[in-house]
Amino acid sequence: MAKSEPIAEPSNPAVHEEREPLKGFPDNLTYTDLIARNKRNSALIVLIMFLLITFFGASIGAILAAWGGSSQQTGDGGYESTGLQLGTVVMGLIAGGVIGVFVAILATLWSWFSGSNAILRMTGAKQIQKSDDPQLFNVVEELSIAAGIPMPGVYLISDPGMNAFATGRDPAHGVVAITTGLRSNLNRDELAGVMAHEISHIRHYDIRLGMLMATLAGIIIFAADAGTRMAFYGALFGGGGRGNRNSGGGGANPLAILIVVLAVIFAILAPICAVMVRFAMSRQREYLADAGAVELTRYPQGLVGALKKLGAQRQPLRHVGQSTAPLFIVNPLKKAVRGGRHDVSTAFSTHPPLTDRIARIQALEP
Amino acid sequence: MGPILIPIIIIVVVVLFIAVWFFGMYNGLVRARIGSETAWSDIDVQLKRRHDLIPNLVETVKGYAAHEKDTLENVIKARNSAVSADGVGATGQAEGMLSSALGKLFALSESYPDLKANQNFLQLQEELTSTENKIGFSRTNYNRMTANYNEKLQTVPTNIVAGMFNFENRDLFEVESAEEREPTQVKF
Repeated sequence: MAKSEPIAEPSNPAVHEEREPLKGFPDNLTYTDLIARNKRNSALIVLIMFLLITFFGASIGAILAAWGGSSQQTGDGGYESTGLQLGTVVMGLIAGGVIGVFVAILATLWSWFSGSNAILRMTGAKQIQKSDDPQLFNVVEELSIAAGIPMPGVYLISDPGMNAFATGRDPAHGVVAITTGLRSNLNRDELAGVMAHEISHIRHYDIRLGMLMATLAGIIIFAADAGTRMAFYGALFGGGGRGNRNSGGGGANPLAILIVVLAVIFAILAPICAVMVRFAMSRQREYLADAGAVELTRYPQGLVGALKKLGAQRQPLRHVGQSTAPLFIVNPLKKAVRGGRHDVSTAFSTHPPLTDRIARIQALEP
Repeated sequence: MGPILIPIIIIVVVVLFIAVWFFGMYNGLVRARIGSETAWSDIDVQLKRRHDLIPNLVETVKGYAAHEKDTLENVIKARNSAVSADGVGATGQAEGMLSSALGKLFALSESYPDLKANQNFLQLQEELTSTENKIGFSRTNYNRMTANYNEKLQTVPTNIVAGMFNFENRDLFEVESAEEREPTQVKF
């Protein structure tokens, strides 16, 4: 048989293979660089969230001021419409903004100290001792030595679905949990990869960050909801009545009207932005945890193998809600697993697409 | 009294501030050094753990592969030299030899299916694998703590405080022999 094709040249082992640079991920990135850069990005995102709350507060303030301040009581008990005044609206803006910052700081302090045991109860996780599963215990112990943190509590979740998560407000109170479904499907290296990812979350204080973001986003959503209701009922019962009583009125300041309109638009968009910001942060930290896992184990194939197995599964997890989904190693919700594809993510995904994560891990230099 | 008081207050505040900052740096240096020292003894803890596991392992293997005397004796000899080794260099070398002796023992166990099925043996294998990993990781941890300490010693402004109180550089854990240059994750 004649060979029709030339024999391929063996690649020169001394030459570093040219790999397609991943978006936003330059070559030769070391872990210290990656971690430093992610910390900067996270600080930026928290700042954005704070600004979001401040402007949201300001918007509400402006709207309320416009609503309540466009009429004044006259001496004889009736109301006179003074029109929409700029001064009132600006005062509303500032007052609302200040209250917003105050609330954000309170929320930060609250989430800083609140415990994280709700998720353990929800998923029915049970703590294990070394004798229950020596290999799992050993792996976690090894990695906590590598990470230089006290050994986290190890929990097992009885669920055929494959997943794992970490929780705990700081490394001294760390907890890692894994489902029986995942535990029985991984070899030692893959188990080490998954646990290293979770321990990286603890080490990077991702849980604390996540709770902070969830609290801040929650405030915006709650306030927007309450504000909408107030505005609705106010329009039905309050404003109309007051309007009837006045005798003629001043015109409205056009700048004030503009501010109020912008405020309304912002108030409507803020909750959606808050959710997007929160999930963007979540995706960011997932990449970082993957990098941290490789730094701990120096064996990227372990985590890659585990992620591939996780990608092949189709089983969603029981007892998991929207709020706790970001804590898991892969998205545990039904929608994402069954209908969702593992190679795309949107602004509303808590986790980056698996194929992208695998590619980035393989691109990191161990 | 009035106009002189304000500059005095300012100077006192600034001096206090500098003093507090100074104490902070000194304490930071002490903490970093203790971190490095603790990490060093952590390595020892893991090494001793390995020494303690080996007699049991040798007995278990003897039950199934008694005629592999050479390999078993090598392990026992290596273990005893590691226990009695003194100093960083000698310890490093002895522990390296022990690692490779153990490697040969586990490789040979592949040809004894009865031994491989033995629960005790499997448990010991897991424990020894884990201990090898922990030795490796505790060394990395030691290096990280020591590098952190050394960095404080050399960077401004902590190097000023360090110089004043004679803090000394600490050695990193270097790999001595070619045998020791094994990947951290040991797969027997």
